[in-house]
This record gives sequence, C-alpha cells and structure tokens, in this order.
Amino acid sequence: MSPPPRILLAKPGLDGHDRGLKVVAMALRDAGAEVIYLGLRVPVADIVAAAAAEDAAVVGISVLSGAHLPLAGQLLTAMRAAGLDTPVAVGGTIPSRDADALRQLGVAGVFPVGTPLPGVVEGVLQLAGPETAGR
Amino acid sequence: MARHDPGAPPAASPPVTTDSGIPVAPVYTAQDVAGGPDALAGRLGRPGEPPFTRGPYESMYRGQLWTMRQFAGYGSPEETNARFHFLLGRGQTALSVAFDLPTQLGYDSDHPMARAEVGRVGVAIDTADDMVDLFAGLPLDQVSVNFTINATAPIILATYLAAAERQGARPEQLTGTLQNDILKEFLARKAYVFPPGPSMRLAADVVEFATGALPRFNPISVTGYHAREAGCDAVTELGLTMASAVAYCEELTGRGLAFDTFAPRLSFHFATTLDLFEEVAKLRAARRLWHRIATQRFGAVNPAAARLRFFSGNSGTTLTAQQPLNNVIRSTVQCLGAVLGGAQSIHVMGYDEAFQIPSEEAVTLSLRTQQIIALETGVTRTADPLAGSFFVEHLTDEMEARAADVLARITASGGAVRAIEQGLPQRWITEAAYRAELEVATGQRAKVGVNTYTDGGGDPQVEAFELDPGIAERQIARTRRRTGARDGAACARTLSRLRQDADEGHNVMPALVECARAGATVGEMAGVFRQAFGEFQEPSPW
Repeated sequence: MSPPPRILLAKPGLDGHDRGLKVVAMALRDAGAEVIYLGLRVPVADIVAAAAAEDAAVVGISVLSGAHLPLAGQLLTAMRAAGLDTPVAVGGTIPSRDADALRQLGVAGVFPVGTPLPGVVEGVLQLAGPETAGR
Repeated sequence: MARHDPGAPPAASPPVTTDSGIPVAPVYTAQDVAGGPDALAGRLGRPGEPPFTRGPYESMYRGQLWTMRQFAGYGSPEETNARFHFLLGRGQTALSVAFDLPTQLGYDSDHPMARAEVGRVGVAIDTADDMVDLFAGLPLDQVSVNFTINATAPIILATYLAAAERQGARPEQLTGTLQNDILKEFLARKAYVFPPGPSMRLAADVVEFATGALPRFNPISVTGYHAREAGCDAVTELGLTMASAVAYCEELTGRGLAFDTFAPRLSFHFATTLDLFEEVAKLRAARRLWHRIATQRFGAVNPAAARLRFFSGNSGTTLTAQQPLNNVIRSTVQCLGAVLGGAQSIHVMGYDEAFQIPSEEAVTLSLRTQQIIALETGVTRTADPLAGSFFVEHLTDEMEARAADVLARITASGGAVRAIEQGLPQRWITEAAYRAELEVATGQRAKVGVNTYTDGGGDPQVEAFELDPGIAERQIARTRRRTGARDGAACARTLSRLRQDADEGHNVMPALVECARAGATVGEMAGVFRQAFGEFQEPSPW
C-alpha cells in the first residue's frame, strides 16, 4: 500500500479568511491524506522551503483578498527557481476570468468559492497522483 | 443533483431544531412561555426600559430609523471618497470604511508583504493626509463614520482625529464607531498583530481616551459577527460576544475606570443570518443578557450602561457564488431579521460579494433593500412587533440560557483572553465550520442553487468589478511625496515619545495623535508597537 499523499496547505499574503482552507485540510485528512498546514501570512519563500523539505505532492494556497494572481505568480516563480515542479492548487474568491489566467501562469488546480467540498478533495488528490485519487 | 420531490414521504426524520440546535416543536402555546404572562412581562419590560429585551429606545423606529451604513472601501482614498459620495447620494445615512489589509496590519503600502494587497479589500491609508483625502467634501462634524479596524485601531483613530481637526471639526462633535475589538481577531477574523496582552491594553487605551475626549463616539464595537462567519452557531456567537465584552470591561475597571462612565458608549455587532426567528430571538436575548451582566457583574447603576445597542451585518457565508441573484432574497430576509431584532444600524451584503468587491449596481440594490423594508413594509410602525409570540419568547429564553452557558464555559477556562490563548473557542469554531460544510455536501442542509434546484445555474453573470492594477504604485508614490515633504526631525521626535509612552504604560493615544499630526505613517506607528510589544503567532488550529 502506498503511503498517504502529503499535501502542503498555506495562506500567503495578508488575508486571514482561513475557514475554507481549514475545512479543506480536515476533509483531506478524512480522505486519507497527510496534511501539513503552515497557517496564515506565510511568506512565499517559506512555502517553497516547506514544499521541498516535506516532499509535498501538492502545494495548496487559499486567497480571499483578491490577490490570487500576484501571489500565485510569486509562488510559481519561486518554486521554479528552486527546481520544484510540485503541482500548485489555488482556492479562493476567484472570478472565472481569473481562473483561466491562473492556469496560464501554471496553476494545476483552481477551486473558486462555490466548488463543492468533495470536488476540492477529489481534485487535490488527483493532482497528488492518479493512484491516490479515489482512496 | 437530486431534486426535492414534494410527493416523497420524509426519510427517517431527524429532530427538528433551529440552526443552533434548539429543539423546535410543531406548535407553541401559552404553556411554553415560562412562568406565565406576569413572569414574561418582567423579563421583557417596555422598549427603552430595563432589561431592554424589547429595544434600547422607547419609540424605536418611529422615533428614528436605523442607520443605513453600507461597508465600503477599495483602492485609493480618492476612489473610496467617490464611492462614499455615490452612496450618500443614493440615500445612505452614514459611512463605514473598509481598510485594505496592509492598513489593518500596520504595513505601509511599500512593505514587501503589502504590495500584492494594496487597495484590494479596502482603502489604502498610509498617513493622516490620506484620511483628509478620504473625507474630502464630507463634513466630519456631521457625518457618522464607522471604522472596521482593530489591531491598528488606535493608529487609525489618531489619523481620523488629525483629519477632523484639519476640517475644523471639534472632537466632541464627532460621531461614529471604531471597531477596536481585537479579541475577535484572534478568535476568527485573524487580522491580529500584537500578542493578546498588549492588544487588550491598546483597546482599553482607546476606550479610556474616548470616554473623556469623544463623548458622542463609540470607541469599541464588541462583535460576534466574525466568529459566526468563521463557523460557529448563533448561541456560541452570543456567548463569545458577551465573554469578550466582559474581558474589556474587566480591563477597564481594572484601571480604576467606573463602569457607569464608559459602558454607555460600548456598542455591539452581531450577524443576522437566515434562521429568521432564531436570529430575532438572539438579538432580543442579547439585550437582556447584557443588562444582566452589566447590573449583576459590574454593578451598573446608570441605565444607559446596561443598554445594549448594536450594528447588524448580514452574513456573507450564507451567500452563494452559484445563481448569485438568489443572494438578494437571502439578504432581504436577513435585513428583515435585523429590523425585527431592533438593530441601530445595518449593512446589507452585495449579491456579488461571494466573489468580488460589490459593484455600484450591487451596493445600490443593498441600500434599496434597506429602504424598501424601512418605507414600504410597515415593520417600523411599532416597537418589537414579535414580542409575545409564544415561539419567539420561548426561543429568546432558550437563547439567553444557552449563551449564558457558553459564557460560563469561557469564564471557567480563565476568561476570554486565556481561552483564546489556549485556542479553545477557535477549535469550537473550526469544528462547527467543518460540520456545516459536510451538511451541505451531504444535502442534509439545503442550499438552493448549490445542493438543490441547481438547474439554470451556469456561470454567474454579474457586472464585474475591476480594481485599477496601478493602485499599489500610485499609493507608494503618493506616500513618498508626503513623507518627503514633512519635517522629518519633528516626526521622529513624536515617534520617540510614542515608544516611551508604550514602554512606560501611559495611554498611547495622545502620543499617537501627535505622530499623526506630524505626518508619521501607519507603518511607522505600528512599527513602534511591533518593537515594543512583539508579534503574535497563532497556536495550531487542531
């Protein structure tokens, strides 16, 4: 049996709305994932360092302040600079026009407000690898 | 998605309860009102009389309508000023400022953590000059202003006082409310900066200062709204609000301030969500519970010190990204609940607020919702119109008793500050949020357009709100111009005095006002506090 996928979750930027991300963290745990939750106001460099140190299968960030585009851009740039190709998932108050822009930046999974919780869990586990989805 | 079939027999029926889990009987009669009519009369009083269950004022909305106070702010001070003029032009009766996250957390717009967030969730304020621009053409001796600001509340109050002074308004003329409730930032809203101890001191400094200097201004708004939005139920919301209020009052009486002198200016802030009768019961119970705490725990003699006044915001978490026009209906019911509960001021969410700053169209509709309820429905004609309803009185009694239990649990764990340091109420909130989300996911909790009646959804079609992408650069340039033009040595002296007062335990407000007048930035003033007090790191949420 393969070990549970390790999912790194963090809130970058200054936004404190952590209800959604903590609910996702609990749902991922209940689905069998190992969740590493870094908390609030985490600098992008710290997320990248933790992703490398923890050997995360997915890096998930949540932004409800509207700053998802610049923050996701900073994260992807820093991850590439560190040689990491871990898939990145972004959730938050994301209008549909920005969802496409995030994918163009290289975000692997976009989960705007209104995405049903089971859909978020399934989507993140799929990013972690086909063998972990549907556990 | 499964559709509701009205012909289907009910599945194994779970017990019927309110959203907070209070059991609800199929029908209520006079037998359900504890103690009979005479006992009830004693629990109610008349509107404007202790224990204020029926409202803080005798004539309620006949005497004065609630204040229509839409929360607004984005981009630069000029852009928010234009939105304020727009709202007042459409009949709003007071202002409510939303600040951006750098301002809320005490960073200037050029701070590396600030750049991506400048002007996004509110207006960017770096200096008192920005505050002058924010209120251009808005006479502060006449317009009541609410400030949703907490960790940096003393700093923002100082910039507002400097701006009012420049307009020629006198402190005793100023009306409005400073949120200044740091405990709920630790609990739920999470825009904290300094550790709980120094944070409580700063909040109390503001109340102490305002009690002398700003007789018509509410220096704190003790709020349960954010804990509710973060996931807890109505009972816990009310209990936690009372626990916070007790903590602030103990901090102030501990300084030797008389409860009867500062308590009349305390204000409160509750959510009003969709369980209409439970919400009305909660708001009525809040007044009665506060009266009990003020008189029994703090020995209030002045009736105004035991009279709870509140602002109601309807709930953003009840709104859905799917089928966003449905949110207009949700907001209307919530606004009605706030009115039937006797609110002093009300904010109605924009129907597009699940995914963006409300457009002009959406905020106009929010304001019109308030105006239609005020002017067309007749609900303002008599005070506390639901009083005497067997169901509402039963729920009001239940709500008061259950919220008092929550308060007792917080008290038993050492009071609000200690409980928050241990993470106890935060865990209640997080667990309740998860339960609620699972109930939506499994269909146990109906959300129209989300887990039932989902057809006709598709992509939400709403007027898009666009933030100027150059806002951060413009704001940084403007602040550099201003700091370049100030008397640097004089400003540095005011910041030194602030540090000294912070270290020596003096009330920081007089020094902050000097700093603001001298052109110190929000980041510089908050930087003094960061050095003096350090920063808070949240305990693990699990």
